[in-house]
This record gives sequence, C-alpha cells and structure tokens, in this order.
Amino acid sequence: MRLELGKIRIRSAAFGNETCIREGKLWIDKEGLVALLKEDPRVREVEVDLAKPGDKTRIIPVKDVIQPRVKVTGKGQGFPGLTTRMETVGDGRTHALENVAVVTTGRIVGFQEGIIDMWGPGAQYTPFSKTINVVVTIEPVEGLKEHQHEECVRLAGLKAGSYIGQAAREIEPDEIQVFELGTITGNAKKYPQLPKVVYIEMLISQGLLHDTYIYGVDSKKILPTLIHPNEILDGAVVSGNCVAACDKITTFQHLNNSVVLDLYKRHGKDLNFLGVILTNENVTLDGKLRACGYATNIAKMLGADGAIISEEGYGNPDTDLMMNCRLLEDAGIKTVLITDECAGRDGSSQSLADCVQQAKAIVTTGNVSALVVLPPAEKIIGRAEAIANLAGGYDGSLAADGSITCELNAIIGSTSEIGYHNVTTKLY
Amino acid sequence: MTEKKIRVVHYLNQFFGNIGGEDKAGQPPISKDGAVGPAMGLQQAMGDKGEVVGTVICGDNYFNENTAEAKKQILELIRKYSPDVVVAGPAFNAGRYGMACGETGKAVVQGLGIPVVSGMYNENPGVDASKLAVYIVPTADSAADMRNALPKMAALALKLGRGEDLGTPQEEGYIPQGRRVTVFSDRIGSTRAVEMLMKRFNGEPFETELPMPEFDRVEPAPPVKDMTKANIALVCTGGIMPAGNPDRIESASATKYGRYSIAGLDDFLPEDYETIHGGYDPVYANQDPDRILPLDVLRDMQKEGIIGKVHDYFYTTVGTGTSVANSMRFGQEIGKQLKEEGVDAVILTST
Repeated sequence: MRLELGKIRIRSAAFGNETCIREGKLWIDKEGLVALLKEDPRVREVEVDLAKPGDKTRIIPVKDVIQPRVKVTGKGQGFPGLTTRMETVGDGRTHALENVAVVTTGRIVGFQEGIIDMWGPGAQYTPFSKTINVVVTIEPVEGLKEHQHEECVRLAGLKAGSYIGQAAREIEPDEIQVFELGTITGNAKKYPQLPKVVYIEMLISQGLLHDTYIYGVDSKKILPTLIHPNEILDGAVVSGNCVAACDKITTFQHLNNSVVLDLYKRHGKDLNFLGVILTNENVTLDGKLRACGYATNIAKMLGADGAIISEEGYGNPDTDLMMNCRLLEDAGIKTVLITDECAGRDGSSQSLADCVQQAKAIVTTGNVSALVVLPPAEKIIGRAEAIANLAGGYDGSLAADGSITCELNAIIGSTSEIGYHNVTTKLY
Repeated sequence: MTEKKIRVVHYLNQFFGNIGGEDKAGQPPISKDGAVGPAMGLQQAMGDKGEVVGTVICGDNYFNENTAEAKKQILELIRKYSPDVVVAGPAFNAGRYGMACGETGKAVVQGLGIPVVSGMYNENPGVDASKLAVYIVPTADSAADMRNALPKMAALALKLGRGEDLGTPQEEGYIPQGRRVTVFSDRIGSTRAVEMLMKRFNGEPFETELPMPEFDRVEPAPPVKDMTKANIALVCTGGIMPAGNPDRIESASATKYGRYSIAGLDDFLPEDYETIHGGYDPVYANQDPDRILPLDVLRDMQKEGIIGKVHDYFYTTVGTGTSVANSMRFGQEIGKQLKEEGVDAVILTST
C-alpha cells in the first residue's frame, strides 16, 4: 500500500462564484455548498462563515473539524462507508488543503462540544486556531431527535470537506509525502535489528453521541482490528462523537494522526512500524476484558516489542487504558501511554480514575480541568451562551463583557490524547 | 534607576522572636517595626533588594489553642505594613511552630492575596497543611540549618515580592506542592511518546510525565441485617437532576452535588427530571430517569415490604471528569449527612 499525500498550501480564502484554488487562494462557492448540504432533508438552514487566524473570532459550540481533501488517483473517495460508496482507502494519490479546516457548529447536540478562539490566549490551546476555518452552521429541521441530529451534522461536515477538497484535484501540490510500509514479514527481514512497534489507538465507543466510525462501522460493535496506517491517513476513521472537546479525536486529527506520522518518521531508521490496532472503549467489564485481551493478542501475534497506546476521553476509559497497559507489559511488550489528566481546577487532585503499577511510561497532554480565561470576541460564530452547558463550562462561565472562564475541557483539541498538540503538565 | 525595595513582613514564634521559651508560648500576637531575630538574617540575605518592614511574633501555644482568633489578629498586624511578601519561620521540625507558619501563611495568601515563603523540615506537619498555598523551602530538622535556609527563603521572597512566577520546585528549590500545572512543551505529545519508547528500547533512563498514584481501598460495609426495616437512600453520579438543573451543577468536572426531596414521589417522570451528565448518551436516561436511578422499582419493593423505606432525599452529581479530590469530598459530606439522616444503606449508581 502506497499513499501519496499531496499538500496544497492555502494562504487565504474568500467566497466566490466557483470553488477553486488560484495562486494559493481558496475561493468557495457558498451557494453551491449550501445547496449540497440542504439536499439532506433533515437540514433546515446552513450558514457558511470564514474565520482566519488572528481574527478576534470565537466559534462555539464546535462539533467536528474536517480537512478538505480529494482523491486524485486510487480507490475510495471522501469517507467510504459514510458519504461515499464502500471501497478501502490508503493507496494512490490524495490531495489535501493545508491550513484549511471545515468546522461544524450549530445548536448543541450533546454537552461535549467545544470552542475555537482564533486569537489571544485561547488560540494557543487549540491547533485549530492556526487553520483558515470554513465554519458551517447547520440548523436541523424541528423535532429531529438527538441521534439523527448528530448524524446529520456529522455527514454535513464530511460532505463540506469533500466539496471544498474538489478544488485541489488539478492543483500541483507544494509538497508530496509518501507513506509506504511494506509487509510485516518483509519488514521483519529487512530490519531485523529494529524494535517492532505497534500503535494501539483506543476509540471512544460508549454509545450514540460517543462513537467512532471505521469505514462506516460503529466501533463499539467491533473486535479490535489491525489496520494499515495509510487507511487512517486516508479517511477510514471518522469522529462521530460529542466527547469532551479537549480530547475528542476530530476527523481532521484522524486524517493527520500524529502518532501514525511520528512512527512513520522513524520507520526503517529507529523502529519497525508494524501497523495500527484500532480498539474500542466499552462500557461493560466484559467488553473491556474482551477488547483489551484481544488487542493484546494481536500485538503478541505480530511479535511487537513495544506499543504506543493512546486514549480517547477520560474517566471510564482510563480503565481500558490501564488494562491494555497491564496485559501488554505482562506479555513483555513495552508500552508508552498517552493520556490527559483530570487533576481538578487547582491541579492538586489525583489525575486518573484507574492506575496499574505497569504504567511506568506515560505522556500527559494536560489537565482538562485547568481554568483559562478567554477575552471577549469581536465576532461570535454560533452561540456564546452554549458555554454554560458545555463540558468544561458552568453557569457563570460567560461574563457580562463577553469573556469566558472555562476549563480546557471546552477547548477543541487542547489535550489531544493522540498527542496532536503541545499542552502538558508539570508537577509543581 | 534603582529598583523598588521589596517590603517584607517576617512571622516568628515567641522563641525566635526573642520573647522567651516555652513559658512564653502563650504570647498573643504582637508586631515590632523592622527586623527581629532571624529576620535580621533574612534582611542580610536580601541586601538592598528588600526590607523587613516589620516582624510579627506569636506564641506557639497561643496560636494552636486560639487558631481562628490568632489568625485574625496576625492578619491585621501584617496588613498595616502593606508588604509585598510575607516570610514565616523557618520552623525546621518544630510541629506547633510549623503549623503556625503554615496556617498563618495560608490565611495571608487567601485573606490578603500576598505570597508567603516558609522553611520547614520535610516531615513537619505544617508542610502538608500548607504546601499548596505556601512556598516552603526544605530545611534540616534543627535550627543549626538557619544559615542555609534564610538565603534560599530570601531569594524566593524577592522573586515573589516582585510578582514573578516561580518555576518548578526543582528549579526553584521549594517543596513540591503536588499541583499539576498546565504548560506548553517544545514538542507535541506523540513525538514525546515515541521518544520515550525509544529510550525504553535502548535501556536509557526516561522520566514518565505522570507517576502512578497510590490508590486507597475502601473496605465494604457489613451487610444490612434486616432489609425489611432498612431506610435505603439513592445516590448517583449519573447527573439525574430536577428539570432545569436548579443548582446549576456542571455537566462535567462537577464541583458540587445536589440533594433533592423525593418524599411521596413514586417515579422519576421525564417531564420533571433529566440528566445533565456530559459523558454519556442522555437520550435513554431522559426518556426514563429511573433507568439511571431506580426509584420506581425501589417504591415497588417498599410496597411489597422487601425494604423498610426509601429515604426522603436523593443525592446526585456528575461523575465525568470530576476530580478524585472533589469526589472524595462529596463522598465524605454525603456520607455524613446520610448517617445523620438515619439511612441504613445506599444504592449508588453510576453511568
């Protein structure tokens, strides 16, 4: 499997008569986009806005973030199994718009949606303050139930990403990255001296509104599965969740999974990257035992010497993280865990809901309860009042002057547990 | 231009304050302008960068026997000097003095918003009592260490007095406060994870970013002897609240819990109750809140005589993202109230 990812750097964006890219400027046909999204009868109103880095703009409540892309050669277009016909992806040529993201917002579905500030202190906590954001506000028809509402907004975001991505089809990329792994048996012969590493990616799967989709399959119904990292980088995995904004893996982050990218960088040099085991986070003990045991067995069959395990969410999934760690370490597989912490607003509380002594190597991506103060915005896309009901906000979060005091919890991608951002904690 | 001199008030006990020994431990708080005893050493260590404008002295027994009153008096004495920073001790391994330094320090930080530096031996009870609020320089266990301790305390006091943020305990030389502070790394998390794994492969030393805590175990309570007479309470972390969430409890990272009457209520009706929990799909809970907190079934059991009664109040909060520290506090407070209210057993549901 060989994926060529062509990156097209976008320097500015504006609305125009057609969706296209000219000299690094993205033009978006707003009416065309709105018409496409309104094809879904569940969508009543669509608004499209632009938010640029440095603008004093706040986007709230954010549901998902998607990178605009197009498949140029090879199988699979868009997000197979969800927005397009089922075909596996990860092979051929894909073009991606760099520095651009589609951001979905609209009336709150679940409590766990977030904030993006494009400027000021809030901006440094989210990676999505650095992208030119095409903000799609979706208002559904009256009476739509939560699950339908979530699906409707999720699909709209994915479609918008593909719609804008089309503009990149004929554009010569500024940079082409090649992702090619070879076979597990071939690599074992090729790199006999290198330690073999598997990436175990835990996906939130706690029920509707807290799910992740793999080629359209609801991940709570899977047994842990081995997947080629290229498939993740090319659209196989989609966020469908209203998990806490700080550590939900948005679709953008699945497409640019930082653990996958970092393991690829060292593949063939310092380590032998075996592939990715996608596993889920179950709500029953039997489910946890089954998934963690099964994932460990795959890692053992692959002959892994080490594993990076990333969590999604916090609290209940801490038990899955620790169980994965314990089983793998006891099988002689060295682990490094990536998690965030719930250390309380003053940072003095114990951080995790579960722990095992085998968890000797942990990377922390921040305290979700750390308080931040976000100054008043000049422009709000969405609804500032939503903060009172978002995870990380509280009654009184929104001050009369428009400033917001909230926990990192509410800021999209701030404590990403795939290690996508650079927030961490230190013991004082 | 010369820098503004940092104004310092030094807190001492009767012994170091030159009032007297154990016989003077009942001395109420007094203040003296300028530096007394160790404050003179502090003054020397600060040089011309800071000035001890006053020394406040209180007997250890007086403080520990009249803590609330003593704190009030001491705060008043300190306030009139308008210091930039307060220094307390060092108390070495003297327990009562350490508690006085720690408690005074906490009161100054919380009541006056002025930073406080102290010095104590690691095992002094004053350390645990105050390290979250007060910066404590580790000292040896006796006053022989005064000469080492004062320059370190002086350095911290000057920094804090200038309003500078302190670095980590390792960098600055104070006892770790146990606070996890959010900072930015020069590398993203995934890069650090792969580096850490490589170190493990190569047998190099590595430092976990989150050491595992010690978990305490709770012994199960003895079984209820006679359920037919038992008063059973409902408690949950699943976020079931009266509609509209009257106490505005947070949907994640809860800092409070609610206590609501269910006297005479047979069923949690969806129009009157809802979940505000942000960590699970609320749809099914909102269709029938008894799915989270089974009041309806419990009422049936009461009517059938299987249990004595359902307690008149239920306690409820949100578990997702709620810190262990807050959870422990909720548990202790709720447990105490339940005991006072004559509850025999609790059905505790989570989600």
